[in-house]
Amino acid sequence: MALIKNGTQVSDQWITADDDTPVQADIPTIVSYKRFLAERETLVRSRAELGVKVSPGEDVTALERDLARLQVIALDFPKFTDGRSYSAARILRQRLGFEGEIRATGDVLRDQYLFMQRAGFDSYEVNDGVEARQWLDAVREFSHYYQPAPNGTSAVWARRHAHLAAAAE
Amino acid sequence: MYRYDEFDAQLVQERVAQFRGQVARRVAGEMTEDEFKPLRLMNGLYLQIHAYMLRVAIPYGTFNAPQMRKLAHIARVYDKGYGHFTTRQNIQYNWITLEQTPDILEELASVEMHAIQTSGNCIRNTTADPYAGAAVDEHEDPRIWAEIIRQWSSFHPEFSFLPRKFKIAVTGAENDRAAVRVHDIGLVIVRNDAGEVGFKVMVGGGQGRTPMIAKTIREFVPKDNLLSYLEAVLRVYNMLGRRDNKYKARIKILVHEVGVEEVTRLVEAEWEAMKQETSVDLPAEERDRIAAYFAPPAFEVLADTDTGFEARKFEDRDFRHWVRTNVKPHRQAGYAIVDISLKPTGGIPGDITADQMDAVADIAEAYAVDSEIRATYQQNLVLPHVRLQDLSAVYDRLVEVGLATGNIGLAGDIIACPGLDYCDLANARSIPVSQAISERFADLNRQYDIGPLEIKISGCINACGHHHVGHIGILGVDRKGEEHYQLTLGGRADDAAAIGKITGPGFSADGIVDAVETVVETYLTLRLDPAERFIDTLERLGFQPFKERLYGAKAA
Amino acid sequence: MSLKALKANRLIDGEAVWLTEAGGWSDRVSAARTEGDAEGHATLEQIGVQATADSLVVNAELIDVEFRDGAPVPTKLKERIRALGPTVRLDLGKQSEPKSRLQEVA
Ligand code: HEM
Ligand code: SF4
Repeated sequence: MALIKNGTQVSDQWITADDDTPVQADIPTIVSYKRFLAERETLVRSRAELGVKVSPGEDVTALERDLARLQVIALDFPKFTDGRSYSAARILRQRLGFEGEIRATGDVLRDQYLFMQRAGFDSYEVNDGVEARQWLDAVREFSHYYQPAPNGTSAVWARRHAHLAAAAE
Repeated sequence: MYRYDEFDAQLVQERVAQFRGQVARRVAGEMTEDEFKPLRLMNGLYLQIHAYMLRVAIPYGTFNAPQMRKLAHIARVYDKGYGHFTTRQNIQYNWITLEQTPDILEELASVEMHAIQTSGNCIRNTTADPYAGAAVDEHEDPRIWAEIIRQWSSFHPEFSFLPRKFKIAVTGAENDRAAVRVHDIGLVIVRNDAGEVGFKVMVGGGQGRTPMIAKTIREFVPKDNLLSYLEAVLRVYNMLGRRDNKYKARIKILVHEVGVEEVTRLVEAEWEAMKQETSVDLPAEERDRIAAYFAPPAFEVLADTDTGFEARKFEDRDFRHWVRTNVKPHRQAGYAIVDISLKPTGGIPGDITADQMDAVADIAEAYAVDSEIRATYQQNLVLPHVRLQDLSAVYDRLVEVGLATGNIGLAGDIIACPGLDYCDLANARSIPVSQAISERFADLNRQYDIGPLEIKISGCINACGHHHVGHIGILGVDRKGEEHYQLTLGGRADDAAAIGKITGPGFSADGIVDAVETVVETYLTLRLDPAERFIDTLERLGFQPFKERLYGAKAA
Repeated sequence: MSLKALKANRLIDGEAVWLTEAGGWSDRVSAARTEGDAEGHATLEQIGVQATADSLVVNAELIDVEFRDGAPVPTKLKERIRALGPTVRLDLGKQSEPKSRLQEVA
């Protein structure tokens, strides 16, 4: 697995622990959503940097009170055609104000990078061999969007009317 | 009608370039079919029995002469010289190659058209009343909102991988001509007590394997909040719609399983929460910009009647009959709405040749305001604004190209899906059955006597041919390798939308044509008077007399 | 053991094609390679999987065929329509060729 973050290939500092592996203070660790909720008391008090991996169907709003404590939330795509994690990402960014890393895991393919980026993802676990350049090409395929999005791009109507306003001057 | 500005144009161009890249990667083997298929579907490209099929959107059914000419050109150059208008205001080409699809999309982009989201598990082409802007009974033009929805739903970052396809229909008129009650979301433009304009929202209608009539989840959404409300519905569906079984994945199943009250509650909660966030609702300037494209065209001030028109009606019986079925009143004095039937006797419903497309474009250019044309879900075309004084000429030109069949709304105006002749999912053929029925009722006088009758045929339970909502519905099934047809009665797609019920044992291909005739003959003997329509007689008397005639007194 | 042939659609143009004796793909079912035993069927299936993986064809599948007038013809209606063209628009394509009319084969 390779990790692309903010358009560059980075080495992954995080391990994804299975539910029986103890969390170590000096290793940034992503735990499952179920485990996080079950062991929340201990986990939030541990000194490790923490992330949570959320599968489709799990409710990210249950993480609300701990968001400041979490550096990474990994949203999984068991199949790329399962679009529930797009909603989860938008809820995290737009409703809950999460500012940490939202990572796409699972079936993360080129033709979905742009949707993911616009829904609020900022890192992508991709197959080995995928280069950052390909990611950049994919997210640059469009110049305008019809919707405002959590990644900060404004909707085309904002441009339309700025443009009209400028033209009217 | 709406025209692209530089931004829309660039977006559609970029979409073409993107798909060109995807096709190249697929052909080079860099992508598997499983990875590619959802992408090609989102560009309207299916693989059928004989070839690829391209479904091109005619957003909310509105287009014009230059666009029709382009469709003709595509039929000629990239297909076998014809196209097929569908039940969702799209046009399909049956003989397309993957290799040429990016070029076709490029051609479409040059006339502000596309095939974006005409398939796939995303928000599909939004459909609307084909008489929009012309109908006498209209409160507000639904196309403004259909265009607003088109833009909002295109390349949506959250709703492009839904559990299943999602279809929205809008009507702004008293009478529903957009079948809004059999859509995932049906929108009806209404006024509230304070006189404000907004939408009544119905959710969970649909056909297919589990036909359902949509249920109202909100009586009034202020029009300026429509998009955020839709976004709330879509989010609830995206999160909770079933993904374990494709036959249970439509929102109708969610509504059915969770209950309309619970869905309503979830949507309201989501909508409430969204109000604190960056809104997707359009600012007034943008809404007004889009609405301006749908301002009434520059109609001439004309008298209510036209003497030439009246004279021809008096003298020419065929013309008079055509007017009676295919010409509808217009809200503007001196104008009319013209329906062009794509159901010639023995023809293939919805099919049109490239030459006929060009002819329609010429006629629209000569006689229809702004050369506007509409596509209907009944697989017909409409010239929405024609002067009464031009009807005679329009009729003559339509006769020349075989497009003046005066059977709109009658027994010959059959809806049929492509069925087993083209469709890889089919169980039985639909087109030959529709042709045979059309031949059986070839006599127009007989059709006039029978009166309004909707016959709808699907080649499998997916119900592309709307058989569930046909007054007479026909469903093709596979019985031990033989084509076999079930008959349903009593469906309707209008304001009183209902799902038809199966009469009893099915019929062979020949038998089904006789059965339809039996049903019609039974109606003719039982109706109170010629003003009582088939559907009224059926509702008054129930199934029994029809079953007795179909299966004999004992079986019934 | 029933007689089978391997059908598919060519990736690049979607054309209905059948695997031939020579190992190519023909748009004529009459040229199809047929196999009547389990081993032969497995071979056809394997070729289909490989051609799919090689992005030459999609929807590769074994179909039942029988010999008529010395050439293989599919037995099921859908496959006959695939082989001989739609049963409508008899002015076009394969279905316009008198010899391949579905009616004559059915
Ligand atoms: C020829 C290739 C076609 C294919 C492969 C195809 C595929 C499908 C499938 C799989 C469904 C079922 C979806 C579901 O509810 O689960 C469906 C439904 C439908 N299709 Fe098609 N279709 C084709 C052509 C058409 C045509 C020609 C029309 C219009 C005449 C059409 C309009 C519809 C409509 C209206 C429905 C019903 C949707 C509902 O449930 O409300 N399709 N189609
Ligand atoms: S109803 Fe069935 S046979 Fe007809 S077009 Fe739809 S999927 Fe094909």
